[in-house]
Amino acid sequence: MPPLLVCHHCDTVYRRRVLARGEVARCRRCNAELERHQRLNEDALLALALAAIVVFVQANMWPIVTLGLNGQQVSATLWGTIVAMWHAGFPLVAMLVAATLVFSPLLQLVLLGWLLWFARRGRRAPGFRRAMLALHYLDPWTMSEVFVLGVLVASVKVGLYFDVTPNAGVFAYAALMLLVTVFAGVDLRSLWDLAESPA
Amino acid sequence: MSTLPRAHELGLAGCRVCGLVCRDVPRRDAACPRCGSSLHQGETHSVARSWALLIAAFILYIPANVLPIMRTASLGEVDDNTILGGVAELWRNGSQGVAFIVFTASIVVPTTKFLVLGMLLVSSQRSSSWARSQRALLFRVIEFIGYWSMLDVFVVALLAALVQFGVFGLVEPLRGVMYFAFTVVLTMLASMSFDPRLIWDAKQADG
Repeated sequence: MPPLLVCHHCDTVYRRRVLARGEVARCRRCNAELERHQRLNEDALLALALAAIVVFVQANMWPIVTLGLNGQQVSATLWGTIVAMWHAGFPLVAMLVAATLVFSPLLQLVLLGWLLWFARRGRRAPGFRRAMLALHYLDPWTMSEVFVLGVLVASVKVGLYFDVTPNAGVFAYAALMLLVTVFAGVDLRSLWDLAESPA
Repeated sequence: MSTLPRAHELGLAGCRVCGLVCRDVPRRDAACPRCGSSLHQGETHSVARSWALLIAAFILYIPANVLPIMRTASLGEVDDNTILGGVAELWRNGSQGVAFIVFTASIVVPTTKFLVLGMLLVSSQRSSSWARSQRALLFRVIEFIGYWSMLDVFVVALLAALVQFGVFGLVEPLRGVMYFAFTVVLTMLASMSFDPRLIWDAKQADG
């Protein structure tokens, strides 16, 4: 474990110490979180990442909600909403939706799985540095949890006029949200401490 | 407070990307030996860049609110909805809770970001020592809540995908939603550009 730690929010230097289970270290100057005890080891994280990938694929393939009126039915998938936005004349908005709901989360999960697969054996994965940088910069642009709330709001809005049935996709999204919440507390910076992998 | 040493006072620098603490980093273009990121990342022109993005976001927020974001048409009745109009419609139809959620995400969160980030920028430029802990907390709050504003964009996209066939009427996204999406992206970039360490930098004259 590196001996020192610098608060990202105010630049204060601390001597690190081992945290007990459930402990969170906070900056004494600005009260930002410095680090928290990492309860999950690489095996557990990899299992969660794989589960999240499976759930993510389901959330994107299955219909999210179905509308019904007088026996007619139509349903929408996530990809369908992106295509609809594109065809409505807003390709930039469609790309933004695709980036925040499909590409960023998917890439993050795949990279995470890749890094952890090697980290379990105490090694850095090929392309380690770039994958770590990509994860760092993608992080603010994954918005799956906002979309779940969006489904709720959209359902209420159309529910005024039609019958709305939630489909499998929305449950997969709910499961994904739980997994994403677990990952939110995971600090990947410790992976940097892995030794350079043998060439 | 003064007993807590700051990295630059000790000739150290903490990498903002990978967390490595580096010694002796006098050069402006010093790179982190571990991850290759600039050790002075976000320091140069942080305030100017943040201001520029924030002002751009604010300018786009005006058409985002004035222009309709969505058109609903059914049985020959055409209705163009602004963001506030959509909130009002939900409220009138008895979904006050959901109306409150949309109002928070689309109006309260962006407005809070404009006010808080603007205040942080002004106070940092003046090297103010006023309410530092609270300002640091406010910055973390706006970073955390910022992306929830995308809610309305996702709602419009979903509605447009669901209601695009004759029997159900028609929902079409309108230009307001594009301005709104860009507003959210720009406010996110603006808060990312702001270096929160500036809050704690003392006036040069004091030292």
